[in-house]
Amino acid sequence: MKSEVSSETRFIVERWTPLSAATSIVAAALLVMLAFGPLLFGANIVDNLTNLFIYVILSVMWNALAGYGGLVSVGQQTFFGLGAYFAIQLSYYGVAVYPALLLGAAVAALVSLPISALMLRLRAGEFAIGMWVVAELAHLLVALDPLINGETGVSLLALNAFSPNTRRDDNYWLALASMAVLLAIVFALLRGRLGASVQAIRDDEDAATSVGVKVMRGKWIIFFLAAFGCALAGTLWLATSITFQPNTYFGVQWAAYMIFMVLVGGLGTFEGPIIGAVIFFLIEFFFGQTGVWYLIGLGAAATLFALFLPRGLWGTIEDKFGLRLLPVGYRLRMLGPQRANTD
Amino acid sequence: MQDTAASSVDSGLLVGAGVYKSFGALSVLEGVNFTLAANEAVGIVGPNGAGKTTLLNVLAGAYRPTTGTVYFEGSDVTTLDAAERCRIGIARSHQIPRPFGGMTVFENCFVAATTGGNLSGQRAYQCTVDSLEQCQMLHIANRRAETLGLLDRKRLELARALATGPRVLLLDEIGGGLTDEEANHLVETIQIMRSRGLAIVWIEHIVHVLMRVVERLVCMDAGRIIADGKPEAVIADAAVIDAYVGGKAAP
Repeated sequence: MKSEVSSETRFIVERWTPLSAATSIVAAALLVMLAFGPLLFGANIVDNLTNLFIYVILSVMWNALAGYGGLVSVGQQTFFGLGAYFAIQLSYYGVAVYPALLLGAAVAALVSLPISALMLRLRAGEFAIGMWVVAELAHLLVALDPLINGETGVSLLALNAFSPNTRRDDNYWLALASMAVLLAIVFALLRGRLGASVQAIRDDEDAATSVGVKVMRGKWIIFFLAAFGCALAGTLWLATSITFQPNTYFGVQWAAYMIFMVLVGGLGTFEGPIIGAVIFFLIEFFFGQTGVWYLIGLGAAATLFALFLPRGLWGTIEDKFGLRLLPVGYRLRMLGPQRANTD
Repeated sequence: MQDTAASSVDSGLLVGAGVYKSFGALSVLEGVNFTLAANEAVGIVGPNGAGKTTLLNVLAGAYRPTTGTVYFEGSDVTTLDAAERCRIGIARSHQIPRPFGGMTVFENCFVAATTGGNLSGQRAYQCTVDSLEQCQMLHIANRRAETLGLLDRKRLELARALATGPRVLLLDEIGGGLTDEEANHLVETIQIMRSRGLAIVWIEHIVHVLMRVVERLVCMDAGRIIADGKPEAVIADAAVIDAYVGGKAAP
């Protein structure tokens, strides 16, 4: 993963800089330190950090889908809800509760396959709204299941077998591990061949086809990944809250949160959505109790960002200072005296 | 007609045989037989609405012909889509440039090299750098493509097509909207590609630019080929003059 020097050594394609190497070491160290969280922090902080990890997952997934894949979806709550729903079902049919959480996400990801076969034929706004319709449909269908008791909902009772403290720590570790693994997967995918292909699809689908990109395959992989990630976030949410009410899990507010985090952080950057999730988490932490004003504030902030910082916080920093901490792209550097690179 | 189509399949690198294309009630191509020989450069001219771009789209795989067959190197490729045709060596540029705006110039060509060209690692990098160099874009390799002006967007279309490692290049009005000087730069680039054995089909309104590269000219009108031959002869053809000046479809 180092910079690669050509055989003629006329140029270097830079994929990794000393700064990005340092960043990844710091990030890894941070993750390791976070792993000791339950031993260091009080219950309240552990709970809050667990929520933060779930937000990061949602944000990064929506960014992979929309920022890199160009698939702007207002319906990712479909998978958030379905993941939780399948986890409850699996647990009900006797699967041990923590495996059920992971399997539930996997089943929801499988359900994304037939959904993607239909939805990925739609483009742009049609896809965005179509996904919302899918979310509402999933909501209605799940509420029909007698196991769920309609909108009253149901609790994942098997979790009560664990003491609240054990559960809190386990949830924390599960959320942290999920976040770390998903971040690593997204990073690897975006740095690999698929990353450039899906960005080409995002920017111009027909032009991507004409240079040989298999458009459906690229969209499908990113859709599947985002479905799994959002579903996993849903099952983690279920693990922390225990109760499942269709209204809460399939609510469009999840889509709004994801969009907020990604827009504020920086659509189509790897670092941005993580920053956006932290900001969202802080806003919620300090203003979450103010009810309607909190939502109005979120909406206003997202609007202001879209108008004045369309590339988000990190996108703006990246443009201004050329700073790339965890680069997924390619920089060409020509070697030799007269080949100074302008940009 | 059947015979000529069959024989041209063997002789031609890229062949459209008996191609009809209609969109609903609108018939755009009405029985076009087009053959491009290996290492040949053919220009296509004709008034607006003659079906030139549609023919190019059929050859590139962006459109499936209503009836008719497309052959490449003797095999039937009619059912292959544009991505698959690119992978076997048919590359194209778009009339209105379609850069991948959020990616750098380098990344634009790199995608083409890794997907259309099926290269990886250092060979993909080398191919990308070579095509950028040929199109004089190396100095702006790290610019985001959405910041480019028209000439550079046109160059990028060319560089991206080149990076796929094509045998045939389909150019759709790559000189359109450029000054003569800018167009001349592109012509030089295309002449270099030509000298390396790339076969070219080039749609262009600017005939004097076209004449510097192509050795055969095809004139289309109302979905048909109305003249085909040496450029000077086609330009002088009565039907061609009538199509342009008379503004009516040739009989």
